[in-house]
Amino acid sequence: MTTPAIELKGISKAFGPVQANKDINIRVMPGTIHGIIGENGAGKSTLMSILYGFYKADAGEIFINGNKTEIPDSQHAIAAGIGMVFQHFKLVENFTVLENIVLGAEDGPMLTSSLRKARAQLKQLAEDYGLNVDPDAIIENIGVGQQQRVEILKALYRKAEILILDEPTGVLTPAEADQLFRILERLKDEGKTVILITHKLREIMEITDEVSVMRRGTMVGHVATAKTSPAELAEMMVGRKVLLEVDKAPAKPGRTILEVKNLSVTDKWGVKRLKEVSLTIRAGEILGIAGVAGNGQSELLEVLGGYQKATGEVILNGEAIDLTGLHSDGQTRRSRGIAHVPEDRQAEGLIMNFTAWENMVLGYHNDPKYQKNALFMDNAAIRKDTEEKMARFDVRPPLPELTAKSFSGGNQQKIVVAREIERNPDLLLVGQPTRGVDIGAIEFIHKQIVALRDAGKAILLVSVELDEIMSLSDRIAVMFDGRIMGERDPEKTSVQELGLLMAGISGEAA
Amino acid sequence: MEKMPKWADVILIPAISILLAAIISGLVLLATGKDPLNALAIMFDGAVGSSRAWGYTLYYATNFIFTGLAVAVAFHARMFNIGGEGQALLGGVGVAVACLYIPWPHWTLALLGAIVLSGIFGAFWAAIPAFLQAKRGSHIVITTIMFNFIAYSLINHLLVNVMKPAGVMEPATASFPEAAHLPNFHDILGLVGIDFAMDAPANIAFFVALLACWFLWALIWRTRIGYQIRQFGESESAARYAGVSPTKIIMISMILSGMFAGMMSINNVMGEAERLVLNSAEGAGFIGIAVALMGRNHPVGIVLAAILFGFLYQGGTQLSIQAQIPKEMVVVIQSLVILFTGALDHMVRSPVERIFLALRRKEA
Amino acid sequence: MDFLLLLDTSVLGTTIRMATPLLLACLAGLFSERAGIFDIGLEGKMLLSAFLAAAVAYTSGNVWIGLLAGIAGSLMLSGIHGLASITFRGNQLISGVAINFFASGITVVAAQSWFGQGGRTPQISGAARFDPIIWPGALTRIRDLLQANLSTKIYSQIISGHAIIVYIALLAVPLAWWILYRTRFGLRLRAVGENPAAVDTAGISVIRLRFGAIMIAGVLCGIAGAYMSTALQAGFVREMSAGRGYIALAALIFAKWRPWQALGATLLFGYLQALALRPDIIEKAIGVKVQVQLLDALPYILTVVILAGFVGKAIPPRAGGEPYVKER
Repeated sequence: MTTPAIELKGISKAFGPVQANKDINIRVMPGTIHGIIGENGAGKSTLMSILYGFYKADAGEIFINGNKTEIPDSQHAIAAGIGMVFQHFKLVENFTVLENIVLGAEDGPMLTSSLRKARAQLKQLAEDYGLNVDPDAIIENIGVGQQQRVEILKALYRKAEILILDEPTGVLTPAEADQLFRILERLKDEGKTVILITHKLREIMEITDEVSVMRRGTMVGHVATAKTSPAELAEMMVGRKVLLEVDKAPAKPGRTILEVKNLSVTDKWGVKRLKEVSLTIRAGEILGIAGVAGNGQSELLEVLGGYQKATGEVILNGEAIDLTGLHSDGQTRRSRGIAHVPEDRQAEGLIMNFTAWENMVLGYHNDPKYQKNALFMDNAAIRKDTEEKMARFDVRPPLPELTAKSFSGGNQQKIVVAREIERNPDLLLVGQPTRGVDIGAIEFIHKQIVALRDAGKAILLVSVELDEIMSLSDRIAVMFDGRIMGERDPEKTSVQELGLLMAGISGEAA
Repeated sequence: MEKMPKWADVILIPAISILLAAIISGLVLLATGKDPLNALAIMFDGAVGSSRAWGYTLYYATNFIFTGLAVAVAFHARMFNIGGEGQALLGGVGVAVACLYIPWPHWTLALLGAIVLSGIFGAFWAAIPAFLQAKRGSHIVITTIMFNFIAYSLINHLLVNVMKPAGVMEPATASFPEAAHLPNFHDILGLVGIDFAMDAPANIAFFVALLACWFLWALIWRTRIGYQIRQFGESESAARYAGVSPTKIIMISMILSGMFAGMMSINNVMGEAERLVLNSAEGAGFIGIAVALMGRNHPVGIVLAAILFGFLYQGGTQLSIQAQIPKEMVVVIQSLVILFTGALDHMVRSPVERIFLALRRKEA
Repeated sequence: MDFLLLLDTSVLGTTIRMATPLLLACLAGLFSERAGIFDIGLEGKMLLSAFLAAAVAYTSGNVWIGLLAGIAGSLMLSGIHGLASITFRGNQLISGVAINFFASGITVVAAQSWFGQGGRTPQISGAARFDPIIWPGALTRIRDLLQANLSTKIYSQIISGHAIIVYIALLAVPLAWWILYRTRFGLRLRAVGENPAAVDTAGISVIRLRFGAIMIAGVLCGIAGAYMSTALQAGFVREMSAGRGYIALAALIFAKWRPWQALGATLLFGYLQALALRPDIIEKAIGVKVQVQLLDALPYILTVVILAGFVGKAIPPRAGGEPYVKER
């Protein structure tokens, strides 16, 4: 039997009171692509960060090619031939590609000779693996797909034999993801070992040789990919049978609630983020916006939510909304019947150091029912209101005095969703409703969104999860580079067709 | 789950910080050839040993309550106002204008007038850096410090060229009229039959300071404006999402901050000196930083921290008289308190947290 | 009115002398902030160094020993700042403010206990002081200078006649540029100020790198402080740094965290300070008598004006001010 490239024995790691990894064992064979799958928060990234020396395990042993290896920091991991591409790239944005690759792997105290040497090697690597990038491009000026290549090149430049990729396709279009997989296969053919962390079953089935499943910090099992099925894996991940489809009746669209015409946004550096976007949403329907992150979806939500200036027209319930930012902000938007579940609950939707009840009035502190008199707010009334909402949305634990940061991701998101949906808005803006949320909460949140639709409200859903868009939306619009590339009926389109639109190739031309 | 009980956070941690600061200060005294224990005895006697001593300690504490509130209200919006000194100096001009140029019939009205004008002058001096921060992104820490220097020159100019009575050499205003003199503790406590030293400067401004504390508490934790200030301070992106205007919050929090700092002058300028002199604030604006940090930006904590610093300041004055230890020793202590309660908080905190976690595990 | 008077060579010579501590402090701030550590404590480090340099130079009679003492004192404060803001991940602004107050208090306490002259050091002279270096052929007597032609004046008053630290400071500019942009250390330093996680995952210690940067800042502030008390003036007086640390920070922002621009910015501030020392020239140049208090405040007012008006879109190092915590 061949020696495993990597063997982890009894790895445990706690962050404060949270046990992220509990007694994990795993073996990865050389020259294979090994998948690690699990829900958000299952501990996959923590485990791999320990292998890369980014975190230090509380207990456990690491064997590389059969030899027990101590990895106290990334320097040791690199020396042991391990490279890692993190979910959030670790690149210096205003450095060139070449500088980023050389950083930490310089061959002397002088920079010029290091850079010259790296340039030559980079050319060789690009040819060997089909990883073409302009070495002199500045990172912030190139696309995420290119940035990911830089990360892979960084690892290869450091002579990595084992490459770990953490959720590598989250920022890619389906076509780019395909390209990435071809590169990974080529790496495998060269004898390298690849570990792929993902929560997407499709990717596991498509490319891996073996798969390890994690759930809530523990390792549930290992299987050969050829001998398993998505349903089996899903059940292992969640610990029970999962409905992969959202159960909903056909939409019954009513009058037009929102009409957006030629909406454009230019950011403070003068870059156009949103280009002449037009769309309508009617009562009782969900319009899903598909697209790779960073193609203008965030700006669209910000404009409608009232904290981004724009040009063009937005008409809500037949009345125009001010877009200059002078007479309009999140406050007036809310009073006109727009509620907003923002994309990033930790930065926008919640204040992590505030209690649950303080968060329950975020954006609604002017509501008359929360006032004791002209001067003071009625904190008792807010607490009571919060208790009721927490009960209705099954937030656990149902304690209004706890700070937001002490809830799990799913329960944090339920607090935000409860606050916004309970306003009974005419238009609900929803961004990434289930990012970093466990499956139980996902099902709950999806049901709430569908219920709001069935109550005759308009919903604008932005998500980078194509599955979520496909299963929730009544109509799908695809955004690319600040534009709407086209609209599709979810019943009549395919992932392939949407993927082309997401890559900026319009349906008519393709 | 909280890592330790609340009392440990609000009492134990500051107490340890103070102890550390005291130990280092003692070492400094030893290094300069003084006996720290003797110094401590002198300080206790001079600061709390008699009603006169208390009168001085509470007088200084009044200054520090105002400047501590000033730093705290800005800090709730994560604005670091180091300009309390300059704002307090400007507040002094406000008091002088109120007392010298308006003929008040009674001290109560004079006090109200002085509160309003000192607040406005202080607020004005904070509003300019606030505006530049909000609209131009000028770093508030640097601009408020620059405004301290500018305030020194401005007061110098006003006292030398504008407000000084003719024929006087000293750069100071004339003494305020009788109707603008505030009752001191001797007068006030005399009404309820308590004998308090006549020549101690603590005066009715102390009670105004306590009122200001209540005002801050109600504002921050009970009003919509306070809620928005805290929102903005905790997370600017969440505040933007919630529809809170950053400009508005920066302006309001800094104006309130400058107002508190300026109002300090009803104590030192109106209540004590009864005229405006150069450098009337005597560093109280800076001590406010230490007071706010130690008091965890909460009014109760601020009052306690202010009394502690009043003790240090008055005790320090006695030290310089009786033991030839420079008054600047207080500045050293102040810096150590800022260091330990502000910047080295983690160093003090994490071992205490570990102890509490271990204790809890034992119980469980 | 004669605006050319404002370019008087003696004023320009003073400009260089006034700019020197600003320049050194500005470069100190540059190394620190480029590595992601805000340093409000430049002021305190200069002040402590100024005191120690003057006190030790006076006691030992050797200015070089004084300079070393000043640097040592400044390094000690850098160490405290590092402990607070890097090791214990505290608030960098608060740490800097504490350091400034500490220096402000301890210098007076120590000076009083050491020399008993009300918080100042005795006057220093001779080998305890950095004397101006007179270049060959440069004129020094005022009578000679009055009759000299422009190029001789420039040579004698602007190029010649400064203490050695002035020339060191000027050489520090290209050196800083070279270190930042041409060495491995510089690449890593700039990277850690932009994205410490990138440095960490590349296998480099963020903590060591940042400590290195603030130690360089400590040395530069130490030289700046020593210059104030042993070259610019002949001894230490309380609060002699007079806000120079903060002005240097403003200059740093104005220079957008770049070495050559830092030279330009500090020369500008140095010029304003030099001008404020010469009310006679201002009066002759613009024909109006200016209040002395206004002149005192002028450098501070202009600092605010420059921060408010001309900085525009200065983008600070992205990780600046934030302690590095591995994300979860």
